[in-house]
Amino acid sequence: MDDTGTVIAFWMLAAITVGAALMVVMVRNLIRAVIFLILSFVGVAGLYITLSADFVAVTQILIYAGAVSVLMLFAIVLTPRGDRGNQETFLRLPALLLALLVAFTLGYVAIDTEWAISDREGFEETASVIGEALLDKYVLPFEIASVLLLVAMLGAIVIVRPESGVDEARE
Amino acid sequence: MRLEADWYDFRDLGNTVGALLEQIDDWGAPDWVPYVVSGLIGVLAILLWGVLSVLAFIWIERRVVGLMQNRIGPNRVGPSGLLQPVADALKLVLKEPITSREADTILFWLAPIVVFIPTLVVFAVIPFGERMVLADLNVGVLFLIAIGSINTIAVFMAGWSSNNKYALMGAMRTIAMLISYELIQVLVLLAAVLFVGSMRLGDIVAWQADYGVWLLFLQPLGLLGYVIAGAVEMNRSPTDIAEAESEIVAGYHTEYGGIKFGFFYQAEYLAGFAIAAVIVTLYMGGWTLWGAEEWVPGWLIFLAKLYGVFFIYIWARGTLPRLRIDQLMAFAWKFLLPLALVNVMVVGGEMLLWQEAELSSGQALPLFGVVNFALALALAGGWAWFLGQLRPDRVAHRAILTQKVGAIYYGEAAADL
Repeated sequence: MDDTGTVIAFWMLAAITVGAALMVVMVRNLIRAVIFLILSFVGVAGLYITLSADFVAVTQILIYAGAVSVLMLFAIVLTPRGDRGNQETFLRLPALLLALLVAFTLGYVAIDTEWAISDREGFEETASVIGEALLDKYVLPFEIASVLLLVAMLGAIVIVRPESGVDEARE
Repeated sequence: MRLEADWYDFRDLGNTVGALLEQIDDWGAPDWVPYVVSGLIGVLAILLWGVLSVLAFIWIERRVVGLMQNRIGPNRVGPSGLLQPVADALKLVLKEPITSREADTILFWLAPIVVFIPTLVVFAVIPFGERMVLADLNVGVLFLIAIGSINTIAVFMAGWSSNNKYALMGAMRTIAMLISYELIQVLVLLAAVLFVGSMRLGDIVAWQADYGVWLLFLQPLGLLGYVIAGAVEMNRSPTDIAEAESEIVAGYHTEYGGIKFGFFYQAEYLAGFAIAAVIVTLYMGGWTLWGAEEWVPGWLIFLAKLYGVFFIYIWARGTLPRLRIDQLMAFAWKFLLPLALVNVMVVGGEMLLWQEAELSSGQALPLFGVVNFALALALAGGWAWFLGQLRPDRVAHRAILTQKVGAIYYGEAAADL
């Protein structure tokens, strides 16, 4: 974070990320909100790149910008009266207070903590290191996560599956 | 392998650019200047090549498809109709850019621009020659997949903002299709990466040159999967159900005209070139040709292979009928996905065998090639036969939630739900 280019890139990306994130909650139209959310995801990916975390950055684009947001678009289009959009709600003030409180707490902790700075050199290639760590030291959490995803998928299939007999009754 | 040569050695245009950058460095410019200059040269070169190739291939494709369909094709503008693409481009630029009523104006105008970005950015990681790559990322293969997934969003923006039911239908089809085939892309590329042990595209080319074997001889199933998934991603016939003109007018770009349509058209061609470039790089040895790259410029070899692969897609477009959406989806999930999964497991086992049994590459690679080809034939043939034996469901299973929310109503049956 020393050379000028990185600093400029950081501030630009930070502005895009935060600005887009703000627009997500301020825009009334849900589809536009998701588009802004994607922009925010891309900004976060850019921040990862300035931190030399190339694998995480590309994964961020692939998973969040490419897959999760598309899922959201699908959900909005298939939702009845999804065109009502973001509406006024009495929870506006409490939500604002809570968000400010969280932001304040996180910011305070980030500034107040004495961060231990590692003197280790940065990784040349992060992908292979992450791969080895996932399949060696952290293999149990990795496997548990995949089982969790499988369970979620099965649950989704069970929920939307036609109940037995419905099809016959309709014919 | 590295070509050490003077700036006028055009076997690798990287020599020229490298010499120029050193010259700039000698003039005492700050160290960011060569960096920016090399980036600009790369971007301009790719853009220029892309636009010229697209213009050339519009003519080639129309003539070739014309020949295949026993008609003449464009032959009026210029000799043999050579200037037809230029005339088309001029016509598109001069047309009025219409924005339909009730359209979401901002997204409507943004979509043609956004659709262009991913198709251009892909070329940044493609090695056109030994030193002719804009950014040889060490996560190159993953980058390709990630950028491909961005395309979906641009198409959805176009389809949704048009405020046209055919456009929205096309957009939804694209998303359903791309998400399914992205999975297959990831799995077949994973198998290729397993073989090479690196996600850097330069390393993949170097690996194929070192062992003197193209990955397509070791990965027939992977190539099959990628060629089909690529055809879906570049959205061309026989898999162009997102704009199937006999079903939904023109799909997501129904409402687009003039230069905005031109952007979609150009992006579609560029995406086609990108897919062909990835196939060449990953499965056909990139810019190498068993030593011929010492004499012939590597970028010429690369472009020749690229155009060759793209020609196969044109051929497919001229000869194959379009698939129906349910056929295309079922093909992805029921046929290609199991094969791709088996392929990954087979490759994993082979790499384990290679390491544990300490085979030399001369023993291992021919063995793997023969085994994989036999497996590919047996698996693809057997699985197709097995799926053909299954009786199709008489009642199409539709998700009950979709019916209840009223997104899609079919006939009278849905009314009493």
